Amino acid sequence: MPHSPHMSRSDFVKVVTAFLGSIMGLVVGIPAIGYLISPARKRSASDDWIPLGPLENYPEGIPTLFNFTRTKVNGWERTVNSYGVFVIRKSDQDVTVLSNKCTHLSCRVNWIAEDQFFFCPCHDAQFGIDGKVLDGPPPRPLDTYVGEAVKIEEGNLFIHFVEG
Amino acid sequence: MLAKIYAWLDERLGITTIYNTVLDRKVPKVNWWFTLGSGSLFLFVMQGVTGIMLSVYYVPSPDHAYDSIQYIMTGVTFGWLIRGIHHWGATLMVIVVFVHMLRTFFYGAYKYPREFTWVTGVILLLTTLGMGFTGYLLPWNQRAYWATTVGTSIAETVPLVGPFINAVLRGGTDLSAVTLARFFSVHIWWLPAIIAALIGIHLYMVIRLGISAVPSKED
Repeated sequence: MPHSPHMSRSDFVKVVTAFLGSIMGLVVGIPAIGYLISPARKRSASDDWIPLGPLENYPEGIPTLFNFTRTKVNGWERTVNSYGVFVIRKSDQDVTVLSNKCTHLSCRVNWIAEDQFFFCPCHDAQFGIDGKVLDGPPPRPLDTYVGEAVKIEEGNLFIHFVEG
Repeated sequence: MLAKIYAWLDERLGITTIYNTVLDRKVPKVNWWFTLGSGSLFLFVMQGVTGIMLSVYYVPSPDHAYDSIQYIMTGVTFGWLIRGIHHWGATLMVIVVFVHMLRTFFYGAYKYPREFTWVTGVILLLTTLGMGFTGYLLPWNQRAYWATTVGTSIAETVPLVGPFINAVLRGGTDLSAVTLARFFSVHIWWLPAIIAALIGIHLYMVIRLGISAVPSKED
C-alpha cells in the first residue's frame, strides 16, 4: 500500500519494537545502575549525642577521662572504634570537653596532674588545660567540644560527636 | 547519514553477510519447542550478566560470603532483584536446557549429520548442572554447606579413586575456605569459559547444518 495514508506494517512493527525496547531497557537499566552506585549513596559520616554521665562524676577543675566506643558500618563490616575525652568542669554550667587524641599523630595524651598539662608520650608534646599547644610538634590545639557541641540535661552531660 | 555509516561499516565488517547467514537462514516449518535453544542461550547470557553484577559485592571467603550476601539482599538497592534473577534463572536454565535435550531426542534431531552437535549439547547439559552444583555452595549457609558435603560424598563412592576425587573436589578432607574458593573459581571462570566455547561450536554447527524438521509419520 504505497499510497496509503496509514502507517505501513513494517513501520508499525519498528515503532512498537523501539517503544517496548526502550521501556524494557529502562526497567532493566535503572535497577542495574541503582545496584552499582548504591554504596555511594549511603552517607558514612555519623553524628550523635554521646552521654558522658552525671555531671557530679566530674570533679571541678580536674580533667577526667571518659572512654566510649562507636561502631562504624561499611557494607557488612562493623568496625568498633574507641574514643576518649577529658571533661574539665569549671562550674555547674561551664564545662569544657577535650579529645584525648594528639593532633600530631593521633597518640593518646595523658593528664599530668603535678605539671598541670596534657602530655603525649609519642613525641613529648604538651598541651595546656585549655588544649593549647605548649610544646612539641602538634600543629593545632586539642579538639574541643564547646558551646553548641556540649549540653547538660537534667544533670547529665552530653557531647555532640561527629565522625568522618 | 546512518545509512552511510552502516554502508561504510558493512563494507569492512560484512555485517549483512553475517546477518543473512546467522539470522536469515532458511528453516523448515517448526513449532514452539524449537525456541528452547534460543531460550537456553538467553538464560546463559542473563546468568552471566547477573553473575557479574553479584561479583561486585560477593566475597568468596567463609568470613564474608554469608554476610556479603545478606548485604546484597538487604543493604544494596535492587540487590534482592539481581540475586533473585540469578537464583531463579539458574533453576530455569537447568529446566530449559533439559527440555531442549528432550525435544532433540524425541524429534530424532541428534541423528546424522548432527551427532556432534548432540555431543556438544550433552557436555553443555553437564556443565550447566556443574554450574548449579558449584553455585549452590557460594551462599555458605547451612543448606549450601551440607548439600555440598553430601554431593562431594557421593563422588567418594566411586570405586578405588572415590576418596581421591572427593579430596580434589573439596581441596582437602573437609569443606573449608579452600572448597569455597575453588567452587567460586570453577563457577565464575572455568565452567563459563567452557560453556561459552561449546555454545560457539554448537551454534556454528546449527548454522552450518541447518535445523531438522519436525519428523513426519513416514520418518
